[in-house]
Amino acid sequence: MSPDLVKTIFGRLTWDAIPFHEPILLGTFAMVALGGITVLAALTYFKVWGYLWREWLTSVDHKKIGVMYIILAIIMLLRGFADALMMRAQQALAFGDAAGYLPPHHYDQVFTAHGVIMIFFVAMPLITGLMNLVVPLQIGARDVAFPFLNNFSFWMTVGGAVTVMLSLFVGEFARTGWLAYPPLSNLAYSPDVGVDYYIWSLQIAGVGTTLSGINLIVTIVKMRAPGMSLMKMPVFTWTSLCSNVLIVASFPILTAVLALLTADRYLHTNFFTNDFGGNPMMYVNLIWIWGHPEVYILVLPAFGVFSEVVSTFCSKRLFGYSSMVYATVVITILSYLVWLHHFFTMGSGASVNSFFGITTMIISIPTGAKIFNWLFTMYRGRIRFEVPMLWTVGFMVTFVIGGMTGVLLAVPPADFVLHNSLFLIAHFHNVIIGGVVFGMFAGIVYWFPKAFGFKLDPFWGKVSFWFWQIGFFFAFMPLYVLGLMGVTRRVSHFEDPSLQIWFVIAAFGAVLILIGIIAFILQMVVGFMKREQYADVTGDPWGGRTLEWSTSSPPPAYNFAFTPVIHEIDAWHDMKQRGYERPTNGFIPIHMPKNTGAGVVMAGISIVLGFAMIWHIWWLAVISFAALIVSAIVHTFNFKRDYYIPAEEVVRIEDARTEALRSLA
Amino acid sequence: MSAASHDAHDAHDHGHDHHDGGAAHGTLKDYVIGFVLAVILTAIPFWLVMADVLPTHQMTAVAVMGLAAIQVVVHMIYFLHMNPRSEGGWTMLALVFTLIVVVIALAGSLWVMHNLDTHMMAPMPHDMRQAP
Repeated sequence: MSPDLVKTIFGRLTWDAIPFHEPILLGTFAMVALGGITVLAALTYFKVWGYLWREWLTSVDHKKIGVMYIILAIIMLLRGFADALMMRAQQALAFGDAAGYLPPHHYDQVFTAHGVIMIFFVAMPLITGLMNLVVPLQIGARDVAFPFLNNFSFWMTVGGAVTVMLSLFVGEFARTGWLAYPPLSNLAYSPDVGVDYYIWSLQIAGVGTTLSGINLIVTIVKMRAPGMSLMKMPVFTWTSLCSNVLIVASFPILTAVLALLTADRYLHTNFFTNDFGGNPMMYVNLIWIWGHPEVYILVLPAFGVFSEVVSTFCSKRLFGYSSMVYATVVITILSYLVWLHHFFTMGSGASVNSFFGITTMIISIPTGAKIFNWLFTMYRGRIRFEVPMLWTVGFMVTFVIGGMTGVLLAVPPADFVLHNSLFLIAHFHNVIIGGVVFGMFAGIVYWFPKAFGFKLDPFWGKVSFWFWQIGFFFAFMPLYVLGLMGVTRRVSHFEDPSLQIWFVIAAFGAVLILIGIIAFILQMVVGFMKREQYADVTGDPWGGRTLEWSTSSPPPAYNFAFTPVIHEIDAWHDMKQRGYERPTNGFIPIHMPKNTGAGVVMAGISIVLGFAMIWHIWWLAVISFAALIVSAIVHTFNFKRDYYIPAEEVVRIEDARTEALRSLA
Repeated sequence: MSAASHDAHDAHDHGHDHHDGGAAHGTLKDYVIGFVLAVILTAIPFWLVMADVLPTHQMTAVAVMGLAAIQVVVHMIYFLHMNPRSEGGWTMLALVFTLIVVVIALAGSLWVMHNLDTHMMAPMPHDMRQAP
C-alpha cells in the first residue's frame, strides 16, 4: 500500500503509537489485559452477560445507574491512585545522581492523568452516583425526570473514562498538567496526540455531566412528593440542587473553552497562541470560570452527606437547617466570583487581585457557618460513632486545616510566594480528600445498606478510615513544609538532598492511604460475605430521618408503592413519631420507564468518534458522527418506552416486605 | 404535532401527579410576530455593515451586539414562551440566575483581561496603528 493510502486509512496512527519500548507501560498493559480477560471469561463462564445487559447496562433505574457510577469511580480511583504512588515513589527516589525510574516525559503524563482522572472520573462520578442513588428516594419520586437521559449520561461518562484509559496503550496522554494551559497545550509545543486525548475525553464525559445536571435539577424542581416545599427538602437534596445548578451553569464554559483549544489545534486558529493576536491568558481566565465552580460542584454534595450523617448519628434534628440552606445558596453564587485567585500571579493589578482575594475570603464565612452547624448538631447529641460518623468527624478536623491554608492562599501577597508550590498541592488535596473523598466515603457507607440491603463490615470500615486519615497527614503535611521552603510542583528530579526525607515521609503516607483503599474495598467484600449477618430488613438500619429510609432496602424498582405526603423537614422521623402505618393493601399498577440499550450504543459510537478525531482518521470521524446522529434520531422513534408493573406484582413485593417486617417484630 | 408531543409528555410522566402549570404553547400569531421581529432584527445589522451607515466601525459593532441582545429577548418571549409566571416562576428564576452568571463571566473577563493588558503589555504596533 502506498504511504498516502495508509495515512488516509489510519491517520496519525502507526505501530509507533503502541508503547513497546516502555517496559512500565507494557507491564501495565499485560496486567490490565490479563485482568480484563479474566473478568470477561468469568462473566462468560457464569453466563451473566444477559443478566448484566438486561438488569444493569441498559437499566434506566436511577438506583442502578447510581451504583454503576460509583463502581466506575472506584475503578478509576485505583488507576488514579496508581499514578499517585508512581509520583510519590519517583520523587522519593530521584535525588542528585539518581534519576528515578520515570523519564520526564512519562512523569509529566502521570501527573496530568492523575489530576484529570481524580477530578473527572473519580470525584465527579462519585457525586453524580450518590446524587442519582439518593435524591429521588429522598424526595419520594419513582425515578429521575428523564430516565433514558440518565442512562445515556452515565455511558458518556464511561466513554470519557475509556478514552483516557486508551491513551495508556495507544499513543500517550497530555504532558500539560490537568488543565492543559496553552501555549504548552497548543500545536506548536504539544504536536502529538496527548492533548487531543485530553480534549476528547473531557468533551465526551462533559456531555454526560451536563445532561445529568439538567436531569437532576428537573427531578428536584418538579418531582418532589406533595407537601415537600423547598424549605422542607433534605439538606442533601438541597446541596445536590445547588451542585447541579453549578454544573449546568459552568460546564458549558469548559466545553466552549476546550472547543476553542480544539479549533487552535485542528483548524489552526489563534485564540490562545502566542502570536497573531492570540492570548493564552484568556484560556486560563475562561477555564477557571468553570474550574472554581467545579470545586464547589464537588464539595457541596459532600456537605450534604455530612449534614445527613451528623443528624442521623446524633439522633437530633440538624442544627440551623435554614442557615445551612442559605449558606449553600450563598456559596453557589459566590463560587462565581473568585476564579481569579487561581492566577493572582498572572499579572493583574492590585485592584483586581484584592477584589478576588476578598471575595475568596468571604466564601469561608458560609463554609464556617456550616462547620458550626455540624458542631452544634453534635453538641449534646447521642453520638454513635459508626463508620459514616467517623468519616464526618475526620472531615471536620481535616477540612478546617485545608480551609485555613486556603484563606492563607487567598491573600495575594502570600500567594505570590506560595503559588505553584507544593503548598498549593497540599492545600487542595487537603480540601478535596478531607472534604469530597471523606464525604463520598461517608455517603457510600451510610447509604450502602439502602442500595444493597446489608451493611458494610464495620471493622474494615474503621481500618479504612484510620489509614486514610493518618495516611493523609503523613502524605500531605510534608508537602506543606516543602512548599513553604519553595519547592515547586510537577518536578520529577531534585538536586538538594536535604529535601529527600520529606518526600520519603510523603511516600510513606501514600502507602498508608493504599492500605486505606484496600480496606475500603475489603469492607465491601467482607460485608458481602457476611451479608446474612449484616442484613437490613427494616429498611431503616441507622434510625434515619429522611424519606429514603421509609422504603425497603434495597427499594423496589418503583421506590414507593404510594407517594408519601410530607409535613415536616425530617419527613421519615416525623412519620415515625406520628406512628405511621405502612399501607398493606389497595395497590394499583405502577407506570415505569423501560430499559433501553440506546445509551450504550451512542456512547460507544462517541468513543469511536473521539478516537477518530484524536488520530485524524477523518473517514471514521465522519462515519461515526453520522452514526451518532442517526442513532439519536432512531431512538426518538422508539415508542415502547414505558410499561406498567401490574398490581399483582406490587402486591407480591409489598406482601413479602410485610412478612419480613412481621418476622422481625 | 400537538398530540404527539402530549404522548411523549405522558410517556415521561410515570405515575406522578401531573402539574400542569407548564409553559403556554404559542399561537400562530405569536410565532409570526416573533419571526417578523427576528427577521427585522437580523436585517438591520446587515444593512448597518453593508451600507456603512454609522461613522465608526466601533459604533457599528456595538449596534450589532445591541440588536443581537434584543433578538435574544424576542426569541425567549415568542419562541420559548417565557414569561414571569411560566413553570411557577422557575423559568424567571433560572433566567435571572443565568443573567447573573453571564454578566459576571463577561464583565469579569473583560475587566481581568483589560487590567492584565495594561499591566503586562508594552505598546505594540497593533495599538500604535489605532492611536490618533
